[in-house]
Amino acid sequence: MTTSSNSPNTSRLSRAWNSDLAWSFRQTPVAMVSAFVVSILILGAILAPLLAPYNPFDPATLNLMNGFTPPSQPNAFTGDVFVLGTDDQGRDVLSTILYGMRISLFVGFAAVFLAMLLGVTLGLMAGYIGGWVETIIMRIADIQLTFPSILVAMLIFGIAKGVTPPEYRDQMAIWVLILAIGLSDWVQFARVVRGATLVEKNKEYVQAARLIGRSQFSIMLRHILPNVLNPVLVIATISLALAIIAEATLSFLGVGAPPTKPSLGTLIRIGQEFMFSGEWWILFFPAATLLALALSINLLGDWLRDALNPRLR
Amino acid sequence: MQHPILSVRNLVVEIPTRHGILRPVDQVSYDIHAGEILGVVGESGAGKSMTGNAVIGLLDRPARITSGEILLSGEPIHNKRPDELRRLRGKTMGMIFQDPLTSLNPLLTVGEQLTETIQEHLNVSNAEAQDRAVAALEEVGIPAARARINSYPHEFSGGMRQRVVIALALCAEPDLIIADEPTTALDVSVQAQIIALLKRLCRERGVAVMLVTHDMGVIAEAADRVAVMYAGRLAELGPVRDVLTTARHPYTSGLMASTPLASQGQKRLRQIPGSMPRLGNLPQGCAFSPRCEFAQDKCRANPTPHIQDGDGRAACWFPLSANSEQEVDA
Amino acid sequence: MLAYIIRRIIQSIIVLLAVGFVAFAMFNFVGDPVDNMLGQERTQADIERLREQLGLDKPFIVQYWHFLEQAAQGNFGLSYRQGRPVADIISERLPATLELAFVSGLLALFGGIALGIFTAIRRRGISANVIMTLSLIGVSLPTFLIGVILIYVFSVELGWLPSFGRGEVVDIGGWSTGFLTVSGLKAMVLPAITLGLYQMTLIMRLVRTEMLEVLRMDYIRFARARGLREKSINFRHALKNTLVPVITITGLQLGSIIAFAIITETVFQWPGVGLLFINAVQFVDIPIMAAYLMMISVMFVGINLIVDMLYFAIDPRLRVDRSSGGH
Repeated sequence: MTTSSNSPNTSRLSRAWNSDLAWSFRQTPVAMVSAFVVSILILGAILAPLLAPYNPFDPATLNLMNGFTPPSQPNAFTGDVFVLGTDDQGRDVLSTILYGMRISLFVGFAAVFLAMLLGVTLGLMAGYIGGWVETIIMRIADIQLTFPSILVAMLIFGIAKGVTPPEYRDQMAIWVLILAIGLSDWVQFARVVRGATLVEKNKEYVQAARLIGRSQFSIMLRHILPNVLNPVLVIATISLALAIIAEATLSFLGVGAPPTKPSLGTLIRIGQEFMFSGEWWILFFPAATLLALALSINLLGDWLRDALNPRLR
Repeated sequence: MQHPILSVRNLVVEIPTRHGILRPVDQVSYDIHAGEILGVVGESGAGKSMTGNAVIGLLDRPARITSGEILLSGEPIHNKRPDELRRLRGKTMGMIFQDPLTSLNPLLTVGEQLTETIQEHLNVSNAEAQDRAVAALEEVGIPAARARINSYPHEFSGGMRQRVVIALALCAEPDLIIADEPTTALDVSVQAQIIALLKRLCRERGVAVMLVTHDMGVIAEAADRVAVMYAGRLAELGPVRDVLTTARHPYTSGLMASTPLASQGQKRLRQIPGSMPRLGNLPQGCAFSPRCEFAQDKCRANPTPHIQDGDGRAACWFPLSANSEQEVDA
Repeated sequence: MLAYIIRRIIQSIIVLLAVGFVAFAMFNFVGDPVDNMLGQERTQADIERLREQLGLDKPFIVQYWHFLEQAAQGNFGLSYRQGRPVADIISERLPATLELAFVSGLLALFGGIALGIFTAIRRRGISANVIMTLSLIGVSLPTFLIGVILIYVFSVELGWLPSFGRGEVVDIGGWSTGFLTVSGLKAMVLPAITLGLYQMTLIMRLVRTEMLEVLRMDYIRFARARGLREKSINFRHALKNTLVPVITITGLQLGSIIAFAIITETVFQWPGVGLLFINAVQFVDIPIMAAYLMMISVMFVGINLIVDMLYFAIDPRLRVDRSSGGH
């Protein structure tokens, strides 16, 4: 009683620092390195307008003469130097990567957020309300689970493309991507949350909350939700890596971010064309960035799963 | 004099952890002779199962034997290589686990599991192994053994399954059986049958049995001698009648008083105050001292000696005598 | 058991009806099919006639039924883009995809199970840990990037294997196969690895997790206590129990190979149904998208059913339903 009252701020910080999760984090070099890489990449994406040497989408700064400049060598005509070289149109590769990562990460985070929102809501409803609500939700989940999510995403993308008028398609592409990936990935969340809800629902504290007349909504929000956050966090991390890969895949296949607003996948698609003619850097750097991003998020997710649920190790 | 079948000498098992080294088994010594059942009792976490696992060589990492000796018919086995130890398992020592539901592989028939064990240890033909498997099932009292040998474990009831487990442990004719809580997962009505079966096999075959349990009733029913463990150490060891009626160690005495035994004719059960300390923070001196009503400074400061007293011994500075026991009860 | 199978079949039919509904909805609500089919020069009379032909003037449920009828006969109309019957286009392309999926499936299944067992048994060994780390990279590496890397190494740098197409094919009764020519087999290597690698990693990790779980079971301890050899414990006792849960998920994995073929086929310009589908998505060619969707669902549902049957074959606990009251 008395000890917790003296300085809530420091005690909360030190509690966080001394928690099992933080301890496990400090004990796992892989997790620390991954967290470092992820933060650097996210920071780079957020600060792209400040960090990027050029604005690759401003035609005024582009010089076609600068095309195909190899990394860190002066261009034969203009003498300009680009750290990671330039592509066919003379765009600085480093800048396109920073801006491309912005789109990849934005789509990834937004899609996972959408999937999480949808999955957690539906999972809570299915688990807590039960009955026909549960039957319908879980049936849909089962059917969707029969198909790989990338296929579902492609299909949603195709349908959404069909219903948007052609002149808006490029503008809408990013939002369509988010919708497609988000809708294709909610099932995992719903299943886990439903399972956890079914367990929590019958515990005494929930029964007690019901007895003192709390509304169903407030019980779900205040009592059950906090208990399912751990698995949701783990799934969200792993889903983030999957969503980024899904976005890159769709864009690579030409059914994602348009060349006017390239994501990492679009950049790889563009770079692939120059693979045979020897301009390897146009392909290599975006690909390496994508791999670093996906791998470190996956490693973080792996660590998180082990740390929060040692039984699964 | 003939060697005892199993002889454990000053056995220590240690587990290195984040918070330091734990000793789930600390300086434990006892013998088991042919045809004898030694009951090992204690609360969960007292180190009974860990002792059994150490003997049969199935300690889970990172637990390991750090000192002491284990002799099987006079031959040391604690320092054998894993493969030598494997050859001994099943052949000279067998083990029975708590839950017959999970001890049997659900995807292999009972006959398959029996014959593979027999052929692993005895050089016999398929037909001979099959006959021995049927004989093993008959010996543990499974009716229509020849017909049921091709059944899967799930087709047997719980008690029958534990009989199958015992048949499996015995089918290569070992000298020592370690039974780790063999009746805990069974219905009460079946428990007595399994205990009777173990006793019969022990007498008829001259097998030495180490019966690990937390159930005093099982001990009273089956054991010849009993070892009481507390916090990894041996608190008391002696003939079962002596220990049950005139315990020397205050912990044993408390354990008896808290156990409903019809034979004792007790009216009310007493409980021991407090709970067993965790291995991470054992008190200095006698591990039981914080809960012991007779504890004195000497107990709290110094490791306990083993007081030999007739056929038994107790690890206590002030072992109870038969008289003082009476006083406590009154 | 029979009741269970019947229930599973009914469930499968419900899935197919639901997917059929999605496909039907695509036809009717994504763009105007009449618009799509007639092109620029059209008269009101043309529109009316086509509407009647397509049955668009009928009630909704009748249209849905009609669509299912046609779909069941493999009739999905004409491709908006190519103007040819969808069924013809797909049946030309199907052999390429099935051959690719077959080879990658074998690779994923055998490679995945073998590596999974190895990494589970030697889980503290160096090579097992190296494989596990590589597999995490494998999971993080998008399929298309694997394809691009393989092309770069084996086609661009080394020049050993072709980077696109399926080489020479031989036509056997309408089935064009690449298995009978050297160039066909060579062309198969890189796409098959690209497609199989990801699935192999997943199967491997799954087998490993399940096997580690099984190795912790009491009956494995008991098998050890009976002095059985490690080999017998690992392969006789653990493996069989591992494979029971693995089969379901692996079956589904193999099904998804056909879907993931879309990516591989695009990277290698492999003339299969996947490439057809992605082009259809790009150009919003609804009949092809719908037909592909229906075809894939039939395959998936079929695979699911087979997997369920396999379950019965492997696990004796499921086989008994009326014998023995020993429960």
